[in-house]
Amino acid sequence: MKGFILKEFLHIFRDLRTMLILFGMPVAQVLLFGYAITNEINNAQIAILDHSKDPVTQEITYKLLSSGYFQLNDQLSDASEIEQAFKKGKIKQVVVFEPNFAQKMTKDPPAVIQLITDASDPNTANLLSNYTQAITGDYLRQTSGSKRNLPVINIETTMQYNPELRGVFMFVPGTITILLMLISAMMTSISIAREKELGTMEVLLVSPLKPLHIIVGKVIPYVILSFINALIILILAATVFGMPFQGSLVLLLLQSALFIVMALSMGIFISTVSNNQQTAMLLSMFVLMLPTILLSGFIFPIENMPLPLQILSNIMPSKWFIIIIKSIMLKGLGIAYIWKETLILIGMTLFFIGMSVKKFKIRLD
Amino acid sequence: MKGFAVQIEGLHKSYKNVVALQNITVDIKPGELFGFIGPDGAGKTTLFRILASLILPDKGKVELMGYNVVQHYKEIRQRIGYMPGRFSLYQDLTVEENLRFFAGVHGTTIEQNYALIKDIYSQIEPFKNRPAGKLSGGMKQKLALSCALIHKPEILLLDEPTTGVDAVSRQEFWHMLQNLKKSGITILVSTPYMDEASLCDRVALIQKGEIMKVAEPEVIINDFDHSLFGIRTNKMFPLLHDLNEFKLTTTAYRFGDTIHFVSSKDANPKKELISWLELKGHQNIVIQPVAPTIEDCFILQMNQQN
Repeated sequence: MKGFILKEFLHIFRDLRTMLILFGMPVAQVLLFGYAITNEINNAQIAILDHSKDPVTQEITYKLLSSGYFQLNDQLSDASEIEQAFKKGKIKQVVVFEPNFAQKMTKDPPAVIQLITDASDPNTANLLSNYTQAITGDYLRQTSGSKRNLPVINIETTMQYNPELRGVFMFVPGTITILLMLISAMMTSISIAREKELGTMEVLLVSPLKPLHIIVGKVIPYVILSFINALIILILAATVFGMPFQGSLVLLLLQSALFIVMALSMGIFISTVSNNQQTAMLLSMFVLMLPTILLSGFIFPIENMPLPLQILSNIMPSKWFIIIIKSIMLKGLGIAYIWKETLILIGMTLFFIGMSVKKFKIRLD
Repeated sequence: MKGFAVQIEGLHKSYKNVVALQNITVDIKPGELFGFIGPDGAGKTTLFRILASLILPDKGKVELMGYNVVQHYKEIRQRIGYMPGRFSLYQDLTVEENLRFFAGVHGTTIEQNYALIKDIYSQIEPFKNRPAGKLSGGMKQKLALSCALIHKPEILLLDEPTTGVDAVSRQEFWHMLQNLKKSGITILVSTPYMDEASLCDRVALIQKGEIMKVAEPEVIINDFDHSLFGIRTNKMFPLLHDLNEFKLTTTAYRFGDTIHFVSSKDANPKKELISWLELKGHQNIVIQPVAPTIEDCFILQMNQQN
């Protein structure tokens, strides 16, 4: 058993491609996703629709435009022009001040600023609206001190084209999930299929090794390496991108370990039905990767899917894992809130291990 | 039943609609060096895989050391060493790592059974830090044999161990097998090379999934009851065709740079043969009686079965 695990490590460390996939890819992916999402916003084109044109609205407008984040593209005079302005494709946001803004602010608060943002790019949209709100809030504090309790300006944000604004801090949970799935499942299935392809499985079968021994021996190195990977991704996410980290780290790591074992058992299951590396790889791609990306809620919100796909998404382990990571990392929830998802993952793990041991052929075909 | 190391009775195996083995019956004694001789596609690999409990027979009884390959495969797998026809070691691991791994898999160590493999392994030990994939063909075979031997098996199954290996390495390999035999291991070898038959204690001639004959190699040669001639003329190309049309021919086939001619039983056709060949326009006819080899016996057997 010890020899088997050692051998497996040697296979991994001696193969440059395997090492690249194992360690190069996660870093590259996280950096890619990370930088794609934390793009600083400079000189975003906006339009202003000022129904009030009083000193306060002008002051706020001035503040916005002098911040460096926004650049005035157009002054609108009527709400009907908003749609047209967006369709030209240049502007990202329209700031609308209601009539009698300054008056309302003092006599009948709150006065309303409406932000209409092109959310076809949800990340940018979110950033723009956050910046606008921050700048306006700044202005308020400067002018009126911090004594007031009542908000005198109410900002209503409308996310045009993607009202739900999903996928903001999704990139880390999603990337962890995909990478762990890819590495764990694909690498093990390929490594077992390779033994079949090269004929070494024939020799292993003739040895007194039990199927469980072979499987566990295959899995352990990848559990360790995948776990290290998960750590790398988390550290990158926290340090480079300042990913919020609310919940318990121990719980998160335990859950990651569970998901890794789950993915590995899926990989083994795939390898029991494929006879060479290509088949194993294609199966991993189509059975694991694509559904993981498409149906887990990583990219497309599950709530927006047609009902059959929503039901189908329930058998995607990644869906549950993404929920778990999000709950722990973003909401800081404990096990009490995610025991159901955890149980589902444990169930899936047991199912695949059982199936693999059962389907593992003690003979050749 | 304890008397035999390997007992095969009425074994059948077919894949879909291709018959791979039929009616195989053979007993192999403990300590025997037994050869399965036959051309590619005769069913040797299938037979060895069944013996190694890797595939299931359709019909018939196969027992190794009294253990049935179907029910008692676990016991069998602990007691056999199996070397598949294809090189089946880890090419990215070094010589020593491979050996250590296979020792570990069987719950033993290199040191424990070093004496058994010393003869063979010492030849490749200077290269023990080289990846197995970078060894020459002969060295690969030695390593594979070492790996199959490291757990001190009672029966060694070697499926075409000398295929694709140069003549010198082949000879060395057989020499090693002879030495191994002395330690009491039963060795089953398959080979397409007829000349290797004489190195076995007993051989089974196998063709198209059937055993044609089981005997000691000398017996097989002694049983060759036809006259055999090596023939050469100035026109070698049409010679085979012309011989096949001759009325006393049992069979004729190329053999090295001559054509071997087997006459029908008890005939001495030399005179008639010469006049036949001259009639066909051959000159410089050389006809020499030849001592039969296993290959001649094999071809004759094959011929008689058809």
